[in-house]
Amino acid sequence: MSEVLLEVRNLVKHFEVGGGLFGGRRGVVRAVDGVSFSITRGETLGLVGESGCGKTTTGRCILQLEAPTSGEILFEGRELTKLGPDELRAVRRRLQVIFQDPYSSLNPRMTVGDIIAEPLGVYGIVRGAGARRDRVRDLLRKVGLLPQHAARYPHQLSGGQRQRVGIARALAMEPALIVCDEPVSALDVSIQAQIINLLEDLQTDLGLTYLFIAHDLAVVRHISDRVAVMYLGKIVELADRKTLYDDPLHPYTRALLSAVPIPDPELEARREHLVLRGEVPSPLDPPSGCVFHPRCPLAEDRCRSVVPELREVKPGHWAACLLA
Amino acid sequence: MAPGWRSSARATLPRAVGTLLDVVDLQTHFATRGGVVRAVDGVSWDVVEGETVALVGESGCGKSVSALSIMRLVAAPAGRIVGGRIVFKGRDLLGLDEDAMRQVRGRAIAMIFQEPMTSLNPVLTIGRQMTEGLETHLAMTPTAARKRAAELLSMVGIPDPARRLAQYPHQFSGGMRQRMMIAMALACEPSLVLADEPTTALDVTIQAQILELMKSLSRRLGVAMLMITHNLGVVARYADRVNVMYAGKIIERGTAREIYANPRHPYTLGLLRSVPRLDEPRRARLDPIEGQPPDLSRLPGGCAFAPRCAFRVDRCTVETPPLRPIGGAGHVSACWEAERLSAARETVGGRR
Repeated sequence: MSEVLLEVRNLVKHFEVGGGLFGGRRGVVRAVDGVSFSITRGETLGLVGESGCGKTTTGRCILQLEAPTSGEILFEGRELTKLGPDELRAVRRRLQVIFQDPYSSLNPRMTVGDIIAEPLGVYGIVRGAGARRDRVRDLLRKVGLLPQHAARYPHQLSGGQRQRVGIARALAMEPALIVCDEPVSALDVSIQAQIINLLEDLQTDLGLTYLFIAHDLAVVRHISDRVAVMYLGKIVELADRKTLYDDPLHPYTRALLSAVPIPDPELEARREHLVLRGEVPSPLDPPSGCVFHPRCPLAEDRCRSVVPELREVKPGHWAACLLA
Repeated sequence: MAPGWRSSARATLPRAVGTLLDVVDLQTHFATRGGVVRAVDGVSWDVVEGETVALVGESGCGKSVSALSIMRLVAAPAGRIVGGRIVFKGRDLLGLDEDAMRQVRGRAIAMIFQEPMTSLNPVLTIGRQMTEGLETHLAMTPTAARKRAAELLSMVGIPDPARRLAQYPHQFSGGMRQRMMIAMALACEPSLVLADEPTTALDVTIQAQILELMKSLSRRLGVAMLMITHNLGVVARYADRVNVMYAGKIIERGTAREIYANPRHPYTLGLLRSVPRLDEPRRARLDPIEGQPPDLSRLPGGCAFAPRCAFRVDRCTVETPPLRPIGGAGHVSACWEAERLSAARETVGGRR
């Protein structure tokens, strides 16, 4: 049961910016700066954080859409960063993605049926046009669409239906792990719950494993077994869902949770809000010591100089804070 | 607080009185290839001086078009206000000529948009964009306008305002740009600010900063606010009264407390049930609203929500339900079965 499907070790991804044609200050954006975690088969790990924290880049490195600067990514026991193109191709089948924007991630000139059937043919998963049609119909049904949707084009579908097509396309490859990058944040509130329920049902039926990247803390709590919180390229806290939300250790996690407005006016009127000062610093020039210290309400002198390691403060509960 | 701001009427008068804006049976239509889209389809609502009113709904429900209609900024020729009245301080804005309307826009009624980057001019300095309105509307000299712009920037929490005025929008972060939009909106001391998804493009910690800023400034300056959003949490924290829109119509209205504690339209109930909440035990499964949002050019007969509604009866697909009083305190609902919902609300997200 606790077989590790994916292990990320000390992942670093730096982007060089500036110089070149348009000049500008040369520098290194430390998008992901030493991230480690693992996901066991069948579980959902939530990765939360604000824009620019490195959560999407982490996902893209795992998918091998970005070449990591350093670090290891072990998937089903194989080190992905060392694989050649042919081996990588085989692994890609087992490693799929669902994107945030169902509008731009589907080819507008292909029918829904062709979008789903294409990888079936390219990878030789299902041979023969007739068999592929059957498989497409089967996949459409799995994601709650009708067989007649196969003949439609993406623009003829609603946002929720398009996201279902994106899910069907990922499922066509029979993956073990799906990286879900903000899969519901572009959808209307009434549709989000439909897609979340669908992802949960598919996980149960097909034994899928999810890395669920999102900024919505309530959605992440609902779907995840364990949750990692990222800030400026680092994981600042990692714990099982209940522990993280009931007993957060890192001041940033606490501030995030406090910032989420709750749909209940009476509760909101009573609630104390911890509003963080300032903004996320530039990853071009991250602060010394703990990267959160300029905004931290608890920061002490040592936080300015000592970099806190992500350490296991309680069994299974990791936090990168000197005061935790 | 900068001198010259009108005193905080709110503090001395806990309940503001007069009606500031009265929208009556507003209809805004768009001509499309697929036919006429009734984006706003006979909508009536009002804003009382100093209060914050929310217009809530999902994409395409007509909430943004409502705000643009008030400013008379609906893109012609496709979009047209075809009926209704927009009475602001006793004058029907739809009867004003373009010159008079220009005096209303940015002066008496200001607007804050979702994406500050696309609503600011990228080739003008922040200073120029801020002083333009002050010079035009308040006939300030360039020097006075510049001084005032600096005051406004520091009021919204932008450090080093003098240096900032010489910068361009791209040199500001998303949160700073939105602060600047707020400063610009408040520059001419409007009585009403229309805020269209003001924090949707921002991160949660910045969203909290901006909303707290808007709340404290609107209280302090006695400005009324129309907040347009899809975020039920934001509405709960900041609105006094709430209008819920669906398919171009208001389907429920009431005080924020009433709407959340006692929703009387199946759509409102469905929205509240479908979102996971941090203050409640995690539910095994979410309760979505089934089906898809309607195509506005092909609306079904009767109630537009009927095809997705769990409370649907035969009458719903034939007769459009009007907004009618239900309970007290101005609570209205456009549902034939509104009475039946009071029993159902007990199960909303497991309220005690």
